[in-house]
Amino acid sequence: MKAFRGQPSIFTSRSAEENRAELEVKNLSLNFGGVVALDNVDVSVRTGELLAIIGPNGAGKTSLLNCITGYYRAQKGTMAFNGQDIFHLSTHHLTGLGIGRTFQNIELFPGISVLSNMLLARHVHTKYGVASASVFSRSVKREEVRHREVLEELIDFLEMQAIRKQLVGSLPYGLRKRVELGRALALEPKLLILDEPFAGMTLEEKEDMVRFLMELNQAWGQTMILVEHDMSVVMSISERVMVLDFGKKITEGPPETVQNHPQVIKAYLGDAVKI
Amino acid sequence: MRNLQLHPCGNFRETYRQELTIFETDFGRLATLVGLILLFAFVPFVSSAYILYIINTIGIFAIAAIGLNLLIGYTGQISLGHGAFFGVGAYSAAILATKVGVPFVIAVPAGGVITALVGMVFGIPSVRLKHLYLCIATLAGQIILDYVFVQWESLTGGAAGISIPTASLFGLDLGSDRIFFFVIFVCFAVMTWMAVNLIRTRYGRAFIAIRDNDQAAEGMGIPIFLYKLLSFAISSFYAGFAGALYAYYMMSITPEPFSLWLSIEYIAMIIIGGLGSIPGAVFGTVFIVVLNEVLSIATEFLMNVGVTGMGITIAPLREFTYGLAIVLFIIFEPKGLAEVWRIVRSSFRLWPFSY
Repeated sequence: MKAFRGQPSIFTSRSAEENRAELEVKNLSLNFGGVVALDNVDVSVRTGELLAIIGPNGAGKTSLLNCITGYYRAQKGTMAFNGQDIFHLSTHHLTGLGIGRTFQNIELFPGISVLSNMLLARHVHTKYGVASASVFSRSVKREEVRHREVLEELIDFLEMQAIRKQLVGSLPYGLRKRVELGRALALEPKLLILDEPFAGMTLEEKEDMVRFLMELNQAWGQTMILVEHDMSVVMSISERVMVLDFGKKITEGPPETVQNHPQVIKAYLGDAVKI
Repeated sequence: MRNLQLHPCGNFRETYRQELTIFETDFGRLATLVGLILLFAFVPFVSSAYILYIINTIGIFAIAAIGLNLLIGYTGQISLGHGAFFGVGAYSAAILATKVGVPFVIAVPAGGVITALVGMVFGIPSVRLKHLYLCIATLAGQIILDYVFVQWESLTGGAAGISIPTASLFGLDLGSDRIFFFVIFVCFAVMTWMAVNLIRTRYGRAFIAIRDNDQAAEGMGIPIFLYKLLSFAISSFYAGFAGALYAYYMMSITPEPFSLWLSIEYIAMIIIGGLGSIPGAVFGTVFIVVLNEVLSIATEFLMNVGVTGMGITIAPLREFTYGLAIVLFIIFEPKGLAEVWRIVRSSFRLWPFSY
């Protein structure tokens, strides 16, 4: 199947202001009882950037994402998105502001179709109220059709035409990851947060996913945070890499410098022992 | 005029608008139309008074059952207070009609609105509680409301209840069962249609999302608590509306029918009918109401033919049969009568060339 060569209208119709995604997180600390999940972590994301966050298992990567998306409430620190304080906002507010995410362990709705899953993401962009919905008025119909058009463009882009009516529960793992990306895109996020989008995929699925992410980020200017374990992917597509270990930020910078940073090597491989 | 699509052997839709229809084919549309015509032009005129009474009861209970299915089947919030909400609607309409003198057309929707507000109050625990715990919290609601019905004598008339004047609609007297049949089933048809519409728009999708995975639902920008409350409100509105119709139909109400037992009956209806299915709620209501009648006829029959001992023995059979029916459905057809109906339909569609 040929890839969709056009640009989905949610990207073409976006003004510079709508595309703006400036995230500023400072001194974020999160404890679970005695366990320090995050210790004074700073993150900043600029518009149009692809920031990768890496680190060994349990380093606090997902905790950091959960703080940014409102699932966890950090004990200390500041968070601002496009100049607005978002520290106390709950998840659905943040989604409304334009922070969309995918999950590490796929959180799709298995009992409904791919299309319905993606339609759910259009919730924040739907305007009609209960009264007009209950009589299925003309405006409701028009809006539903418009959402369908938006989704079909995304389905074309992600090459999911063949599975749009299938139940998500019946899809293989790699495709589910793709559906989840589609659903996150349907939110029209200014900042797209991807939690291990490559985990458990075959090489070909990874290549497809890289292609989608590259097109999104480099051709259409989608701002992204990517958490990933696959170093070859991370080092080849990200502009900036941030390394976490035991809740602390070790270093941050372009992939080449991060790769050779002694503390990063230590975090991944342990101390060099002279024999 | 476009060509009718009866049983297409493929997807022949050309616009996204065509995908938004309730019925997949014109066959479904025609069948529903024929069904409605039969229902309104035929049923009330051939049924005996007793059968008509049962059909009317089914109509009223089905409205409330659809409401409960929106809450339990679609939103996944278990409520054991639906019987009491039904009662709140009945009492609101009765009180409005007798003490304020509000006419029928306003009293019934007002009963629904008042119940929706009460339902929202009892839905507040759902912000923190889920599953069994929410169930217990709503059980408390049931008991509190039950207590109010009996004890607030100045308003509810206590155990003696309230008698309600005959309903009249724009000067038309609705005293007879046959005329009331039309009122009930017009309301039933409209409210079923509205429920179906709600389910296929953003609200239904949000409800299903909350039921299936509330974390992800929140991530889709759905304010969970508000939508749970909305679900409680809509569901209670349906219950209250049905309750108000019930009050007018029965002409007098006492606290007795709105007990915990009624709540359990409602849950039995939607489990047997099929959770998360609007037709299922209707099938379940038919099943339970008819089962009730069959059991009471059987008991009466045995008493009359002189097998009094046995009659008394099988009197509690009602509870037993309910329990048995629910258990059997959960084991053999967890998706309820709606699924049975779907299977029957699709085997008819393939007949005689099924493979």
